[in-house]
Amino acid sequence: MNWEVIIKYLPKLLDGAWLTLELVGIAVVAGLILAIPLGVARASQRWYIRAFPYGYIFFFRGTPLLVQLFLVYYGLPQFDIIREGPLWAYLRSPFWCAVITMTMHTAAYIAEIIRGAIQAIPPGEIEAARALGMSKWQTLFYITLPRATRIGLPAYSNEVILMLKASSLASTITLLELTGMARTIIARTYLPIEIFFAAGLFYLLISYALVRAFKLLEQYLRVDACQGR
Amino acid sequence: MNFDLYGFGPALAAGTLMTIQLALCSLAVGLVLGLLGALGKTSPHKALQLLGGGYSTLVRGVPELLWVLLIYFGSVNLMRSLGEALNIPGLELNAFAAGTIALGLCFGAYATEVFRGAILAIPKGHREAGQALGLSKTRIFWRIILPQMWRIALPGLGNLFMILMKDTALVSVIGLEEIMRRSQIAVTASKEPFTFFLVAALIYLGLTVIAMSGMYFLEKRAGRGFSRSAA
Repeated sequence: MNWEVIIKYLPKLLDGAWLTLELVGIAVVAGLILAIPLGVARASQRWYIRAFPYGYIFFFRGTPLLVQLFLVYYGLPQFDIIREGPLWAYLRSPFWCAVITMTMHTAAYIAEIIRGAIQAIPPGEIEAARALGMSKWQTLFYITLPRATRIGLPAYSNEVILMLKASSLASTITLLELTGMARTIIARTYLPIEIFFAAGLFYLLISYALVRAFKLLEQYLRVDACQGR
Repeated sequence: MNFDLYGFGPALAAGTLMTIQLALCSLAVGLVLGLLGALGKTSPHKALQLLGGGYSTLVRGVPELLWVLLIYFGSVNLMRSLGEALNIPGLELNAFAAGTIALGLCFGAYATEVFRGAILAIPKGHREAGQALGLSKTRIFWRIILPQMWRIALPGLGNLFMILMKDTALVSVIGLEEIMRRSQIAVTASKEPFTFFLVAALIYLGLTVIAMSGMYFLEKRAGRGFSRSAA
């Protein structure tokens, strides 16, 4: 092991780690916002409301993230409308392509988590809310969603860790996040084992920090207290 | 869009075959590693527990792509010195072998948890009954634990296999000619990236659907003798 090289390139790897955190942070928050309507619609009783989220989730969960990234970053410029359209300023940048694709990808998974959480709520609680005279929307915002948040939180924290690992794919569309940065450094130093080892340590550290943070959030929301049904 | 795929159809079909081969080989490696990991984690020996736990935590915390790259590029020096020792010049890990090891390693780390859950779900009395009958430890594992684990672990393993099949796309990064790599080659020639990546996406969707229906039949077969409400 050549430790001096690792120490020498530590600042570069930190830059990469920061970009990784940015990508993951935006994707999981925006993905959650996008997933709430998708998940609620997916849990609907009516087939025409269920149909679109079903197809969306099927496509994004059935194909690799790499294909989705390539479709957006390399694929979309095939069409003149995109290249002359107002969104071209964003769609030509690898950063925004990665953010958009990762958001849409993770939204599909989070929507499934939300659907599972909504369906796990005991029907009696929703009936109780309706019996107290709450409207459908009141029931959704005061009973269904807060309850589903607590049921779905552990699965959501898993999804965030999975997205942290998936963000390494952004290196294939030229972004210099942790993996991309490691590959660039290796192209210069020819020391793959040392640099990948260091990058792997960064990923382990970040996921450890995320796990701890979600544990604290679970304590704050008293997830345990809600499990006794 | 061009629907005859500029004559790249056969190349994509060959790529699909390669993807399937890679997925099945990694599955075999991963199942063995997962079983070993689970046995380690549930064993009474502290050292084996640490080994199994360390394996699954360490591998699951690092991206699959990093494992693929690390094993492919990191093994070059190792394989060269091994080749010199064994007197085989130019010994190296090709993309298929590196991909199989990397994906098998990642599958095994997750499968460790699935198998561990299944082992713990088998009533203690079954193992004790085996001991009372005078069966050896290995015999209890092969004849009593493993056949029952299968049914419990199957849904979890099915999910992992779907993930594995999509992760095979990562091996295109080190140049293995599977679906993604073939599509990239077709894109360079045809200048129609969207068309070919969409075709690649549809192939993966098709593979997912086939794997899903395969899982349905396996689960039905493994669950025979159990009523629906109990399973």
